[in-house]
Amino acid sequence: MELFNLSIAELQTMIKSGKIGYAEIADSVFSRIDAVEERIRSYVTLNTEQAVGQAKQADNNSTDEKHALYAMPLAIKDNICTEGVKTTCSSAMLRNFIPPYESSVTEKLKEQGYILTGKTNLDEFAMGSSTENSAFGHTRNPWDLERVPGGSSGGSAAAVAADECIAALGSDTGGSIRQPAAFCGVVGLKPTYGRVSRYGLVAFASSLDQIGPVTKCVKDSAILLNAIAGHDVCDSTSADVPVPDFTAEIGQDIKGMKIGIPREYFIEGIDEEVEAAVKEGIRQLESLGAVPIEISLPHTGYAVATYYILATSEASSNLARYDGVRYGMRVEGDDLIDMYMRTREEGFGAEVKRRIILGTYSLSSGYYDAYYKKAQQARTLIKQDFENAFEKVDVIVTPTTPTPAFKVGEKMEDPLQMYLTDIFTISINLAGVPGISIPCGFTAANLPVGLQIIGKHFDEGSVLKAAYAFEQSTEWHKRKPDL
Amino acid sequence: MEIEHVALLARLKLSDREKELFSTQVGGIIDYIHKLNELDTSDVEPTAHVLPVRNVFREDTLRPSLPRNKVLQNSPGKDESFYTVPKIIE
Repeated sequence: MELFNLSIAELQTMIKSGKIGYAEIADSVFSRIDAVEERIRSYVTLNTEQAVGQAKQADNNSTDEKHALYAMPLAIKDNICTEGVKTTCSSAMLRNFIPPYESSVTEKLKEQGYILTGKTNLDEFAMGSSTENSAFGHTRNPWDLERVPGGSSGGSAAAVAADECIAALGSDTGGSIRQPAAFCGVVGLKPTYGRVSRYGLVAFASSLDQIGPVTKCVKDSAILLNAIAGHDVCDSTSADVPVPDFTAEIGQDIKGMKIGIPREYFIEGIDEEVEAAVKEGIRQLESLGAVPIEISLPHTGYAVATYYILATSEASSNLARYDGVRYGMRVEGDDLIDMYMRTREEGFGAEVKRRIILGTYSLSSGYYDAYYKKAQQARTLIKQDFENAFEKVDVIVTPTTPTPAFKVGEKMEDPLQMYLTDIFTISINLAGVPGISIPCGFTAANLPVGLQIIGKHFDEGSVLKAAYAFEQSTEWHKRKPDL
Repeated sequence: MEIEHVALLARLKLSDREKELFSTQVGGIIDYIHKLNELDTSDVEPTAHVLPVRNVFREDTLRPSLPRNKVLQNSPGKDESFYTVPKIIE
């Protein structure tokens, strides 16, 4: 076992016992990056020089009290602003963008003394489910290099799965943390909307976006959530609610916990091996004392349609800022409007253009009520489904995705088929509730399967507790890809 | 969908190939989205935000802000203290 294989929690134990020094951790992770990055391509930008310099000094700091993330090499998705370190959103538009300020989440990590390994690849502006829509090349799935890592946080999930960092941050608008976590066999948590500040997260769909941890185990997810959660005056949508110590929530038994199993998530079209692994996972939770209860989330079938109106409408508005004036690419034109149009033609990739067109259309005069308002009403019904369900159960358990990781190129010609891969994760963003994906098995072809656990608003504690109990009673999270 | 009209609203220049491709693809997605019409939403309030967000105010006091050179550092067109843009008044 090498240091790069370990979790934050395991490394902390080794440091406390004096077996290793802080500096060795980053050295180990960067040797791993040297060995595998060429095949995986998790990163858009590596922060090697700064990180190695920081690691060298890590053991000289005489402060007795070291934070949980002190000197931990963490990767950050490349749509989260890091002051002085290029932040591209995997878009040609922002190819040379160097943020003049730090996002609130990375500011908090900095206060703990973390080491930034680099910025991870994503679908351009977080729009996609495979990390193929990147202006800088696609990321591979560490379990099978012919397959996608999922998306849009595919770089973060692949980097964690391939041990190219100890943990990472991603962002999740319709499944962009949980779906790649499932495809790569790691743990991905989307917190409650408002739990984590979005200040410095490049906006895609502001009523849905949320930053969260991608980790090797559930305990690390709790450690990272502790670090990034909380109200922020720089994000008026961040919630001013108490933040518990999430590491204290895990480790308790789940006897009597009521777990809802929504019948709409076990449908025709779901891969047989995925269904079998998830059902076995539910039996495992039952054996730990949880009580499965069949429930219904009747509007599940409308979630993808609702999402692709609301997310694209918000995106078309948010992405209006890329006009070639204040930052990003500029292509000169005959006049101002022509400059805008040429800049956006050249700066955006196909999927971003498609979504801007769909969003602009649904907000345009004469169509607003039929599309945007209708979708907002459907969102109310989807949200109510969860409110009704949570009157009967503590958490809800589902598959994270209907299939394991698909092949590179398989869905690129058919956007709707790509959108439908998010069918089990999208409702959670529309309702604003927290959800986690944890490994719950493998297919015969050795591809990971993810189990999703969903909680009430601001009840990440129950989600993490159930996830931890499951993980500690299984071995799935210990498997590593053969690289 | 009138793709050229929508593209102009979005300030997006599209090639002929893109116009054709996106018309077909976005048209297909819109057909799928029409399944929302199965829902009776006549008495349903729209949800813009999942949390009860109200206007958030703060005291109107001075706080540090970014220095001008940092604000301008990423601009593709600037002089010492301004963004430069094509002339818009004849």
